[in-house]
Amino acid sequence: MHDLYNFVSGPLVWVAFAVFFFGCLYRLIRMLALVNQKEKFIFSYMSFKYSLRSILHWSIPFATENMRQHPVMTIVTFAFHFCLIITPLFLLAHVILWDEAWHFSWGHLPEGLTDIMTLVVVFGCFFFLIRRLRLPEVQFVTSASDYIILGIVAAPFITGFLAYHQWFNYPFFMILHIISGEIMLITIPFTRLAHMVLAPFTRAYMGSEFGGVRHARDW
Amino acid sequence: MAEVATKKKTTQILDEGIERGAARLTTDQIATVVNRVLKTETGARLKTYVETCIHCGLCSEACHYYLSHDKDPRYSPVGKVKATLWEILKRKGRIDPESMKQIALIAYTECNLCKRCAMYCPFGIDIAYLILVVRRICHLLGITPQYLQDTAHSHAATMNQMWIKDDEWIDTLQWQEEEAQAEIPALRIPLEKEGADIMYSVIGPEPKFQAQLIYQTAVLMNVAGLNWTMPATPGWDNSDMAMYSGDNEIMGRIKRAHFEAATRLRVKKIVMGECGHAFRSVYDMGNRWLGWKMPPIPIVHAIEFYYNLLKEKRITVAKKYDEGVTLHDPCNVVRGGGLHEKSRYVVKAISSNFIEMHPNREHNYCCCAGGGVINCGPPYKNVRVDGNRIKAEQLFAAKSRGATTLIAPCHNCHSGLEDINHHYGLGFKIKFIGDILYEVMEKPE
Ligand code: HEM
Ligand code: SF4
Ligand code: SF4
Repeated sequence: MHDLYNFVSGPLVWVAFAVFFFGCLYRLIRMLALVNQKEKFIFSYMSFKYSLRSILHWSIPFATENMRQHPVMTIVTFAFHFCLIITPLFLLAHVILWDEAWHFSWGHLPEGLTDIMTLVVVFGCFFFLIRRLRLPEVQFVTSASDYIILGIVAAPFITGFLAYHQWFNYPFFMILHIISGEIMLITIPFTRLAHMVLAPFTRAYMGSEFGGVRHARDW
Repeated sequence: MAEVATKKKTTQILDEGIERGAARLTTDQIATVVNRVLKTETGARLKTYVETCIHCGLCSEACHYYLSHDKDPRYSPVGKVKATLWEILKRKGRIDPESMKQIALIAYTECNLCKRCAMYCPFGIDIAYLILVVRRICHLLGITPQYLQDTAHSHAATMNQMWIKDDEWIDTLQWQEEEAQAEIPALRIPLEKEGADIMYSVIGPEPKFQAQLIYQTAVLMNVAGLNWTMPATPGWDNSDMAMYSGDNEIMGRIKRAHFEAATRLRVKKIVMGECGHAFRSVYDMGNRWLGWKMPPIPIVHAIEFYYNLLKEKRITVAKKYDEGVTLHDPCNVVRGGGLHEKSRYVVKAISSNFIEMHPNREHNYCCCAGGGVINCGPPYKNVRVDGNRIKAEQLFAAKSRGATTLIAPCHNCHSGLEDINHHYGLGFKIKFIGDILYEVMEKPE
């Protein structure tokens, strides 16, 4: 058990972060290289002002027509994404780990709060799952990979929650938590989770087209 | 698990163009063409759109087909991409001819390329573009709806949409000139006037069926005292169904002819009639195919032209049209050109009782005729009418608030809405802005 723990919390962390960073970088570079190679004209339509205008509208809850048409989804997805990114970054236990390893530290959130935020992420995944199962327009375009992606995202939060509260078998869930977190990091660049890096670009392009050429809103 | 809709789609349509095309194909040939298109004609856009789409279905409510078919998921934007492009990608192009026919039907007749869904997808995924890629593949495979293909042939052979011969075109203009001279004796429709300020261009169906629209514009030009001309050579037609059939090469040829006519006449700008798809062709797609980021010569759509005339008081209104009017926002000039405030300015200037329909402006529902769907011909009339029940509901709501006249500043919209008007018994009078403007404007005695 100890060897396994040392392995997943040592070398594998390095691997996971490296794959995550370089993978995301690779996705970005590959996309831009492809634009450069085949659709160079896209660069000439990109407008900083209209990209920002579009990204901003789509980053503010209820700032777009579609968000207003789906209020529950809007609240859930904003809460989900916010907690998904903020919780691991400002969780006390994570911050302490960084400090121990690198003597480098930043602020953290109260543990009671991060506990709730973890549940928000898990609930978000559950909500997305129910949507996939219940809404015909979502179910129609759902394949196995969509469920797997949801599982990959939910796992580190569920196991982290269990480990933190030391329910059931602590060491087991701790190791599971670390592994599932690493799996999530590794899969982000190579699955549709890559929307994390690609979304700003698709949005920016549509924003530029609508703003600069079509003189119309895109929200 | 929720039931994925199992209802049968509306009766299967047998389209000669698609049937005969598919009969000549093999799976191998289809795969060759698909992979050639994917390799040589698509790039980061297609790849990024397909790989970013999170399968959330949030684009569904954007689409009038989806809304009109009781939210049948097969009509949602992403549902149509799944049934066409995803299938093609998943099978690496190895689609059998029978399935390819279905894919062609969806791509050509169940999407108007209206881009409303691009405003609803949180990533801004351009589904109209993805569907156009599928149409491009179908075109290269020779499985296009027969009527649409006939129109594309006409473009290729005559540089206009309606098989109009060069002398018929000139005859029509001179005929309209004579007619209008009965009203304004000094009126001219100046042909081939080099160095004029404006080249006025129309779509093929105007001289063929709606010559009075040319008459009305001639009156407008003359009363406003503008220095204008129309070409007497091919290039006069600004319409473009090749853009919708997937025949980009012909699209390029006809746009080049159009721009070259304007260049030869050394005009300062092209003013075009009330047409949406033609605007898309000169302002968005055709110019880009030819390598122009923006059109090489300024393009002024009729809405903007009227707006300028009224704003500059070159045309004044004698007595406003007083029936309740509502305004349809054509996708291609509103989501495609941002002319919605100008069209409202014009409509309010010429009519006294303007009633908004909802949703409006960029969020207006498409007419379901656009994207070449109406040019796929009579076999698909029901597809268009049943596929746009939501439009009928939208119009009915405007009617219940007092609108009796429906203004549609686009030819495709006009015809599509006429069918919806008739089918759902809405009883609107459907007019172009130009019809009313001509009626209410101050004319010399
Ligand atoms: C920071 C940039 C990110 C942006 C702008 C973004 C944006 C979006 C958007 C627009 C959706 C569409 C559906 C919805 O609104 O819920 C979505 C869904 C989703 N995102 Fe993100 N996201 C980001 C990062 C992430 C990350 C880092 C993950 C996980 C590793 C993630 C996981 C998910 C999941 C699981 C869904 C739901 C899929 C479903 O409906 O099943 N996102 N995201
Ligand atoms: S018809 Fe319009 S809204 Fe529907 S899928 Fe096509 S482009 Fe999107
Ligand atoms: S809204 Fe966008 S991401 Fe969601 S299914 Fe539709 S196209 Fe895909």
